[in-house]
Amino acid sequence: MSKIKDNVQSASRRKFISETAKNACAVGLLGLGIGVYSKSANSLSSSALRPPGALPEEDFLAACTRCGLCVRDCPYDILKLADIGEQVAVGTPYFVAREAGCEMCPDIPCVPVCPTGALDHKLTNIDDARMGLAVVIDQETCIAFLGLRCEVCFNICPVRGKAITVEASHNKRSGKHARFIPIVHSDSCTGCGKCEEACITDQAAIKVLPIDLAKGKLGEHYRLGWKEKEAAGASLVTPDTEHRYNLPEGVTYDHGGEGLIIQSEAEAQTPLSDSPFSDNPLDTLNNSSIKD
Amino acid sequence: MELTRRNFIKSNAIAATAAVAGVTVPGMSSAKTSEADDGIRWDKAACRYCGTGCSVLLGVKEGRVVASQGDPDAPVNKGLNCIKGYFLPKILYGKDRLTKPLLRKTNGKYDKNGKFEAVSWDEAFKTMAEKWVAARQSKGPKGVGMFGSGQWTVWEGYAASKLLKGGFRSNSLDPNARHCMASAVGAFMRGFGIDEPMGCYDDLEHADVFVLWGANMAEMHPILWSRLTDTRLTKKGCEVHVLSTFEHRSFELADNGIIFEPQSDLAIANYIANYIIENKAYNKEFLDKHVNFNQATTDIGYGLRDNHPLEKAAKNRNKGKFNKISFDEYAKSVSEYTVQKASKMSGVPEKALIKLAKAYADPNKKVTSFWTMGMNQHTRGVWMNGLVYNIHLLMGKISEPGNSPFSLTGQPSACGTAREVGTFTHRLPADLVVKKDAHCEFAEKIWKLPADTIPRHNGMANKKEQTDITGKPMGKTLVHAVAMHRALKDKKMNTFWVMCNNNMQAAANMNEESLPGWRDPGNFITVSDPYPTVSAQAADLILPTAMWIEKEGAYGNAERRTQFWRQQVAAPGDAKSDLWQIMEFSKYVKVEDVWPADLIAKKPEYKGKRLYDVLYTNGQIDKFPVQKVTDGSGNEYANDEMADFGFYPQKGLFEEYRLFNTAEGKPKKGHEMAEFDAYHKARGIRWPVIDGKETLWRFREGYDKHVPKGAGIQFYGKKDGRAAIISAPYEPPAESPDKDYPFWLSTGRVLEHWHSGSMTRRVPELHRAVPDALVFMHPKDAKNMRLRRGSKVKVVSRRGEIISRVETRGRNKPPQGLVYVPWFDASRLINKVTLDATDPLSKETDYKKCAVKIVKA
Repeated sequence: MSKIKDNVQSASRRKFISETAKNACAVGLLGLGIGVYSKSANSLSSSALRPPGALPEEDFLAACTRCGLCVRDCPYDILKLADIGEQVAVGTPYFVAREAGCEMCPDIPCVPVCPTGALDHKLTNIDDARMGLAVVIDQETCIAFLGLRCEVCFNICPVRGKAITVEASHNKRSGKHARFIPIVHSDSCTGCGKCEEACITDQAAIKVLPIDLAKGKLGEHYRLGWKEKEAAGASLVTPDTEHRYNLPEGVTYDHGGEGLIIQSEAEAQTPLSDSPFSDNPLDTLNNSSIKD
Repeated sequence: MELTRRNFIKSNAIAATAAVAGVTVPGMSSAKTSEADDGIRWDKAACRYCGTGCSVLLGVKEGRVVASQGDPDAPVNKGLNCIKGYFLPKILYGKDRLTKPLLRKTNGKYDKNGKFEAVSWDEAFKTMAEKWVAARQSKGPKGVGMFGSGQWTVWEGYAASKLLKGGFRSNSLDPNARHCMASAVGAFMRGFGIDEPMGCYDDLEHADVFVLWGANMAEMHPILWSRLTDTRLTKKGCEVHVLSTFEHRSFELADNGIIFEPQSDLAIANYIANYIIENKAYNKEFLDKHVNFNQATTDIGYGLRDNHPLEKAAKNRNKGKFNKISFDEYAKSVSEYTVQKASKMSGVPEKALIKLAKAYADPNKKVTSFWTMGMNQHTRGVWMNGLVYNIHLLMGKISEPGNSPFSLTGQPSACGTAREVGTFTHRLPADLVVKKDAHCEFAEKIWKLPADTIPRHNGMANKKEQTDITGKPMGKTLVHAVAMHRALKDKKMNTFWVMCNNNMQAAANMNEESLPGWRDPGNFITVSDPYPTVSAQAADLILPTAMWIEKEGAYGNAERRTQFWRQQVAAPGDAKSDLWQIMEFSKYVKVEDVWPADLIAKKPEYKGKRLYDVLYTNGQIDKFPVQKVTDGSGNEYANDEMADFGFYPQKGLFEEYRLFNTAEGKPKKGHEMAEFDAYHKARGIRWPVIDGKETLWRFREGYDKHVPKGAGIQFYGKKDGRAAIISAPYEPPAESPDKDYPFWLSTGRVLEHWHSGSMTRRVPELHRAVPDALVFMHPKDAKNMRLRRGSKVKVVSRRGEIISRVETRGRNKPPQGLVYVPWFDASRLINKVTLDATDPLSKETDYKKCAVKIVKA
């Protein structure tokens, strides 16, 4: 979503407009209870998600005129306008993933109708939307972590195989089975909420959170060595020299690979050559016991 | 309340104090109980769904299942479940359970076009019996029909077999397993002379190579798949080959993923055999001692109606005969299947085919092949099953840990019920068949029936015509699943009873071949069901069924493991188990209604008796009196059938069935079961059970008691102790895409739903996870037709059409030119579209291949 963020106008200007607007409205809303309004305007409930293309929350609040056009044009009636007393700024559009996730319409009808760009018109590919980020939030109750075969979130994900993948790992408890663990990838997750909607546990074990709440950040100084090497196509520093070792007979050492290899074991376990047969056809033929 | 660390410390402290004081604090002795779980009684049961046979523990409180768990002591699943199993208790409590018999009526009388009205069981059975007796008397043995199930408990299948074959003297009994693994059975009988896999699930840990031939285990056998995956993850050198006509979830693990042109699996299997022979990799000693070679009769048709052009063109229609040939002749028969030819026919790169062939041919690699519907639902399914056995037999890779050709089953008791107690039209219990006089005579002896009671396949007992209540010759008596619907449509069969399955939704070509017969005014259709399924909707009489753990039951899974459970809860309303329904119905029919006088004369003591007296209170079944059913902890369980009939029918039926394996003069050995009581104690027992010991791998000395010392291997199902390699060529499918119908259609299942969805679609979470059957399609095909993901389309064949939405990103990724539609969805009945072509040998429908077009809806 960096593309969309780049288009944001000066944040301070937005903030100024936003707060002014808020105050102006607040004055108008005096009779309805300023306390309620201010509170909900400042803290968006973590279960409320904005429509696709929404600007960062503060900018969004500033730009959104509460016109309701996006809600009107949502073909699946997923979006709704916040009412007084809800933990969402009154009149702004949102949806709750557990109730019904965004259907990710390819033509994104809610966005072009937005008169102010609170929903960024530059969003034309729904896969680029970032409404939030799915998080497998409770690994104690996610039945996949317990070894059961579920994978509903993986299967229902509209960006299937990218936003959520399943990784198999050994189930130490049973000793015989694999666990199929769902893993969310922020580079593809649109935050549509389908996974949370469909999660089969009584309380969803996977939830879509606002991105700033969901996303961690690695120390700025730290790089992932294997990724850097892959990107560079070679070691970043002088390649290693050849290593030689003192080893007893029948033992080799694979530096940077398998490590110690004891020959007899290796023979038993080395993957066989391409053919189960001797390279010399006569070996096969002469050893054959078929008579005719 | 889970025993958290904090709780644990707290409770330990209290316990310590209590111990000093010499008192026991309730709930302190074991961590498993907690306040919320107080009063829950836990007992075991086999999962209701697939052939894997996971065991679950059910927690019952105040007559209701309030909790469940995977059984940690069950070797199959070790406490795990799939998502369907996770929700098992909910299948009992759908809001629309049927609780009263319902009969179509107008003005208080039965009317084919009337509205369903609640009736008493007595009225239901009286109406039914009248129709059944009339149909039997006027139309002969095929005038009545019963369509049973691989989801019946063992004794329900056994009781049904007795009712039809011994009581009504009709072979019109077939199970939905016909749609599922009849091809597998055909190949077992032809190749080995005895049914069911030689291996067991331990093969999953012992194999080095897994080959999936038309099985999406990742979704259809979820827990077995997690075992296979674990082996792939943890065993060095382990490789997985997956063959299918479209990419599915099992490909995620594949080292060699193979998408082949539908039907060309025949060519691929023959190529592998050819590769093994050309490279002289075969196990000569094994072949010399344990195998003989045969050639199948070819050009056998497609199981369509007699007047279909394909049937008229077939030279050897329905012929299953195979003739002995030499090894050389066999080698020659497969020699045309070179890698080039196989690659050309299948569209699979040569490299991938060679990789697969090498895995089989490597003498140091243990190979387990798995298959299910991709291979069984195939117009050459019996051949195809056989071709895979051929490969294993050529290499001698069979009947030992890790070397296993393994036919998986889709239903919880396709093996235990449909196959083992013989609910097929041609079968009797324990692999006996109605084709053989000796088998029928043995069954008649065990069942205490007059000689010649059981109708032979051709109506001739010892070459003499069997007399019939109609006064006419019995004629041919076999009628398989697909033929039943045809017979109903053709008015040859007038009454039909469907139990424990949803055949209106399941049978192919429903608009042309299923519905017309069911709704024919001359026919009377009874459906026993817990829910208002598509079948129930099309019935005339609906009988409400007590399902699964609302009765005492037994299932047999794909590894020959028989598992029992006790009745856990009562069924709602007037719902009754299928066993009760079968036995109670038999009280409404007298021997004189369905047997000719000369047959009764052979056993005059049966004069005036009801079928119930002859079949179920024969001194064998009713010899086990009413008793308390208890578990190891002394908890007491209801048994509604025992209470109603005044004896222990489940035990009686099972012990009588056991006589087929123990009685003097039994025609076949190898199906020995343990005593009834043993199963209630064990977590399933794998047969043959000999001297109380289970059999893991059959036909192998040391593992199988039936193999004599020194023999090493013996395929004792065959008289000569040798397995049959049967050569069979590629023959084209019944219908292929053309200019008007340019796509292949394959149907199947999804992980979240089981079969027709009558249970799983009543679990809200599963319904929400997969609400509709979508049309899985290649994105390029969609784009070419200006369709998008989510576009509404019609799937149209020459027979019918459905409307659904396009899915281009889903779990199944068809190649261009093929679409996949799951069949669970009652609101999109894909079997309006499918073709009722069958394997002419197994009579199993090919649900994986027909031609369709896709149009924008």
